[in-house]
Amino acid sequence: MKLKFLMVTTAAAMIASPVLAADMADELTIVSWGGAYSKSQLRAYHEPYSEMSGTTIINDDSSAEAVAKLRAMNEAGNVTWDVVDVVAADAMRLCDEGLALEIDHDTMLAAAPDGTLASEDFGDLIVSDCFIPQIVYSTAFGYRTDLVGDNPPDDICDVFDLEAYPGKRSLEKRPINNMEWALLCDGVDKADVYSVLETSEGQDRALAKLGTIKDSVIWWSAGADTPQLLADGEIVMGSTYNGRLFSVIEEQHQPVGMLWDAQVFDLDGWIIPAGLSAERQARALDYIMFATDTQRLADQAKFISYGPARASSAPMVGKHADLGIDMAPHMPTDPNNAKNTFLYNYEFWADYRDDIDAKFQAWLAQ
Amino acid sequence: MSSKFTENAVPVSLPFTLSLVGLLVAAVSFVAGVSTASVFSEFLLTVVGGAVVAIGFAYALISVFGTARAAMVVSALLGAVAGAAIGRLGGALAGLLLGTAVARFIFWIHYREYRRPLAPYLTSEQVLWHYTFRFICGAIFVFLITPILVVMPLSFNAQDFFTFTPEMLRFEADGYSLKHYRDFFTNNEWQRSFKNSVIIAPIATVLSVSLGTLAAIGLSQSHVPGRRAIMAILISPMIVPLIISATGMFFFYSWIGNFLEGTLGLNKTFVGYVKVILAHAVLGIPFVIITVTATLVGFDRSLTRAAANMGADPVTTFFRVQMPLILPGVISGGLFAFITSFDEVVVVLFVGSASQKTLPWQMFTGLREQISPTILAVATILVVISIALLTTVELLRRRSERLRGLSPG
Repeated sequence: MKLKFLMVTTAAAMIASPVLAADMADELTIVSWGGAYSKSQLRAYHEPYSEMSGTTIINDDSSAEAVAKLRAMNEAGNVTWDVVDVVAADAMRLCDEGLALEIDHDTMLAAAPDGTLASEDFGDLIVSDCFIPQIVYSTAFGYRTDLVGDNPPDDICDVFDLEAYPGKRSLEKRPINNMEWALLCDGVDKADVYSVLETSEGQDRALAKLGTIKDSVIWWSAGADTPQLLADGEIVMGSTYNGRLFSVIEEQHQPVGMLWDAQVFDLDGWIIPAGLSAERQARALDYIMFATDTQRLADQAKFISYGPARASSAPMVGKHADLGIDMAPHMPTDPNNAKNTFLYNYEFWADYRDDIDAKFQAWLAQ
Repeated sequence: MSSKFTENAVPVSLPFTLSLVGLLVAAVSFVAGVSTASVFSEFLLTVVGGAVVAIGFAYALISVFGTARAAMVVSALLGAVAGAAIGRLGGALAGLLLGTAVARFIFWIHYREYRRPLAPYLTSEQVLWHYTFRFICGAIFVFLITPILVVMPLSFNAQDFFTFTPEMLRFEADGYSLKHYRDFFTNNEWQRSFKNSVIIAPIATVLSVSLGTLAAIGLSQSHVPGRRAIMAILISPMIVPLIISATGMFFFYSWIGNFLEGTLGLNKTFVGYVKVILAHAVLGIPFVIITVTATLVGFDRSLTRAAANMGADPVTTFFRVQMPLILPGVISGGLFAFITSFDEVVVVLFVGSASQKTLPWQMFTGLREQISPTILAVATILVVISIALLTTVELLRRRSERLRGLSPG
């Protein structure tokens, strides 16, 4: 009797699985960052695309390990991802290693409504042949308005000022951005930051400046950490992606304010893994053609405060879809917010990242 | 109740009660001071001030009230008023409980009530150890259970953070909501991962139970050559660090997957499920082998010979004689295998692709990327399901024991 039961269950499972698989045949695995960001993509891209084409979209929130995972998948000859959302620096690495498909931007992407070719519409933001730009975001600081009294921070160096702003602050657990900010507040001219950071003494100088607040720093590695810490009141200020802070301030109504000074711009976009079967590649390209057209990029800005990468999308950015507030003042590129900005220096970090990373990790462990 | 212990209660000396109360409150304020005070003088003030206030309060209660009941009522009221001033309804409730407990404790000490349940000949040291032991046991229990309990109220949070909001602490209806539960039941990602867990775990369990039971029976035969070595290999997934097995499995199953997809032309999603189910079955097998081997120790081999003597073939003997007797071991092994697969996150992250995303995977990435209290709602649901499952199994076990006359009533 037991044997019969086992056989029936196994047989049922065997029959059920292919049936189940059949409904999922036309599916697309899209890798992204999770959180409010994935939600904005879901509403601006995935939902309309699924409705239009009938494709099932499966989300995998693994962008943080995209490079390592793609390498491993490639080595094992079994790439399960179809479209991957990565930052520009990762796209460059993947492209150099031949893990990402080279894109002909003009033929594979939609032209702007006025006929401008995609390569012109995206302009300088196409930083790699494999990279399909999507948004411009920035890493900036948020602070608890109720913990700073009548004197809200308005200068990046307030982060290093423990006397005026006692309490914990959160910084990303990597040297990028932190080293630049430290040098800037140690009296280095903005124009000289990278030439100082090239030298070993300059790196030590940046770490020494970070050392003055090391005891008060909580190091984060996921974009959601700082919003949670701010909501808990565990930190007085912390860096994270500006869209996450927008969500904390406007959607969750937490007592948090923005410190835009010395925000660092960066690009984020899509790549398609190299070596997909022709059928999967065609499906991925069809999605990309749809999701990066002028209207769709402008739509994403209705859900999160990241700037669309196409020039033709910028005038179409309007109000938030649910809150009805104007999105323009929350964009990192708004003139009021962009008085003092950095642009992520790809060349510098490509050359120095490994050395400075090692130094930074050793310093962290001290 | 109060008259029962006041009629013949001989109070201990007042200094003893007061110093004990002062010492305990100082210990509590020490913890509070360490976590809140920023300078040493503030810290000292917290500890000493707390102790002095507590001693004064205890002295007042003891000298004014003759019975514990009256003292408890007054202390509870005082606590409630003070609590309400700090935290409204929630504070009042907490103050009420705290006030009652404090007064009860003071009188419990002062009137030697702690001696009452114990044998009268115990020395002071033995009494002290009796209560210290209970305190340690209670503390262990608290440390085991609190992390699970904390999750439950947080899952009803109206905000999208893992935070007890002021509204929640004041027990206001606005502070609570079912939206995270709604999110779990309506969000496609959560539903997909729940469905995947429900598909993968049972099939992996059936595989591990069948293979593990057969292996255990085979390995319990004394004539099998090299059975210790075979046993060690079969159990190794439990001993080898999971991350190492997972890395190995990633390459091994990628190769199998490529063969199934490329050579046999099977559907990619189907192959994905097969890979994860096989990997989870491998992880579950050691649990089944261990529990079944343990049950087989008590199995009388002459029963199989008796069955053979009466004309039963080995398969019939297995299902009709051996299986019913070792069933408890098989079932508990199966439960472990099921829970292993249902809880497993490392191997599925390596072997599976996003269409095989299970609940733990979704919870894991959720925790890292979005810190959504939906995770807490899911955790609460899972805890409730586990409690229900274990209760059912225990009730069934008792019922069958009762039916077989193994235990009374």
